[in-house]
Amino acid sequence: MTDYADAGPATAPTAPSGLVAGALRMGDYWLTVLARTWKGGVITTFVTPFFYVLALGVLLGGFVDADPATLEGASTYLAFVAPGMVAAHAMTIAFADLTYPVMGMLKWQRIYYSMIASPLAPSHIVLAQLGWVVLRALFACGVFLLVLAAFGVFESVWGVLAAWLVQGLVALAFATPVMLFSLSIKGEESFALIFRLGMIPLTLFSGTFFPIGNLGPVLEAVAMASPLWHGVDLTRMLTLGELDWGPVAIHLAYLGILAAVCWWLAIRKLAERLVS
Amino acid sequence: MISARGLRKSFGDFEAVRGIDVSVRPGVAFGFLGPNGAGKSSTMRMICCVSPPSDGELRVFGMDPGKDGPKIKARLGVCPQEDTLDVELNVYDNLYVYGRYFGLPRAEVKGRIEELLDFVQLTEKAKAKVDDLSGGMKRRLTIARSLINRPEILVLDEPTTGLDPQARHVIWDRLFRLKQAGVTLLLTTHYMDEAEQLCDELVVMDQGRIVAHGTPLGLIQEHSTREVAELRFGVGEHEALAAKVEDLAERIEVLPDRLLLYSDNGEAVIEAVHSRDLAPVATLVRRSSLEDVFLHLTGRTLVD
Repeated sequence: MTDYADAGPATAPTAPSGLVAGALRMGDYWLTVLARTWKGGVITTFVTPFFYVLALGVLLGGFVDADPATLEGASTYLAFVAPGMVAAHAMTIAFADLTYPVMGMLKWQRIYYSMIASPLAPSHIVLAQLGWVVLRALFACGVFLLVLAAFGVFESVWGVLAAWLVQGLVALAFATPVMLFSLSIKGEESFALIFRLGMIPLTLFSGTFFPIGNLGPVLEAVAMASPLWHGVDLTRMLTLGELDWGPVAIHLAYLGILAAVCWWLAIRKLAERLVS
Repeated sequence: MISARGLRKSFGDFEAVRGIDVSVRPGVAFGFLGPNGAGKSSTMRMICCVSPPSDGELRVFGMDPGKDGPKIKARLGVCPQEDTLDVELNVYDNLYVYGRYFGLPRAEVKGRIEELLDFVQLTEKAKAKVDDLSGGMKRRLTIARSLINRPEILVLDEPTTGLDPQARHVIWDRLFRLKQAGVTLLLTTHYMDEAEQLCDELVVMDQGRIVAHGTPLGLIQEHSTREVAELRFGVGEHEALAAKVEDLAERIEVLPDRLLLYSDNGEAVIEAVHSRDLAPVATLVRRSSLEDVFLHLTGRTLVD
């Protein structure tokens, strides 16, 4: 019929049948992005965490001769700090993937605009992007946990498996507010703010490297409000086998509600930016 | 294919589109001609289901963009004014991921990519990064991408803005082929030559309203004379000299750098000008174009 479209069977293009079906149509986009970027990600995803384990957990931690009672039940400092580092790593991945990349897709390359010109909606775009980040975090934290296992810092296989799954939730609980933030700001200057006043203090003061009881009562209460502390404490309880169901439920609820609310707001914000 | 009745779009106090009626039949190349800010892009965005109308009725394929946006978008091709290509992916991958958004099977997308790369003459650039393409090539890639779902309507917002003349002609040639293949084209442009070359039917928009509607030739016949005599005098003399020659033509336009005298016989006008002992620096007789229609409809004549 035409010289631009005359060969092959013609499947009719369709609107996606549902939220997940729409997000899955973007699977090949994210796999293509992965194929393009995986080499650059190897260092930050796998090598950098081991520098921290080696420097802080093994070498610096070698000087820490603390009573296990002050380390929340961990027999060594390495066993104490390992789950904290894993959760912080999940958070770092969420920050890395949802700050500059989101700004680029919205403002610099305007790829989001090309996506909504297709039958896909903002809800599909957000689900696909968040799903991708969660998978990435699960993979990176999975490798991290496997290597840490070699140091003999975990109590049970089930505990480690549960801790691994929790990293998906930790990543999501950061991915959704960070995505919302990136969709809400005007320029990339604001990213310096959330890295310096958000990610770095969270990493340092959320019970990752020392028990938050050391902060004193006021700052301890502040630390307990931080999502990373909930992630770290949950991960640590699982890897150390020191489960306390009340706090477990609180941690899961905190992270789950934060993720759900910010997810919903992120969809609304993206729609507001793209559809006007 | 598309029908709009009393269509309006406001952004706060600003009314971008002030009640337009449009009807686009299948297979037609339909143009929206107008200066920047006329409301063309706002109209396109409403048709593309990414901008809810503020008022009026809009139907695309007989469906309501507010309710059936995804179904409409599955059958539309959109070539936006600014490129929205993924500059970090290569040419091939840009088309591939996009085809998947439409729910097309992988093998079929791959087949279509080969056809489309051939169609826009980018086959040998398949593995090139988008960043390394020229402006014209990027535009062609965007057009190829907008065709991946074999759309029934192809929407092009300023398809050749910012391109050099040679690149524009390549794009026009491709669009002309699509038109011959039966694809309905909807395009906005502020280039009169582009509208004349490509459009079967067009509306002239100004300040959010449609001020004329017809075929390019019909509009010229209706709103202008057969020929135009252009007279160029010294800088600053045009305004004063206009009074001395205005009786020689049906209509006169005073531009900063020349006078336009509208008449069915341009040569006769020039001769008459010379017989009055006026000596223009340069003269030119040409056929009327859409440029003249636009000048007449939206320019100073309304103020005169």
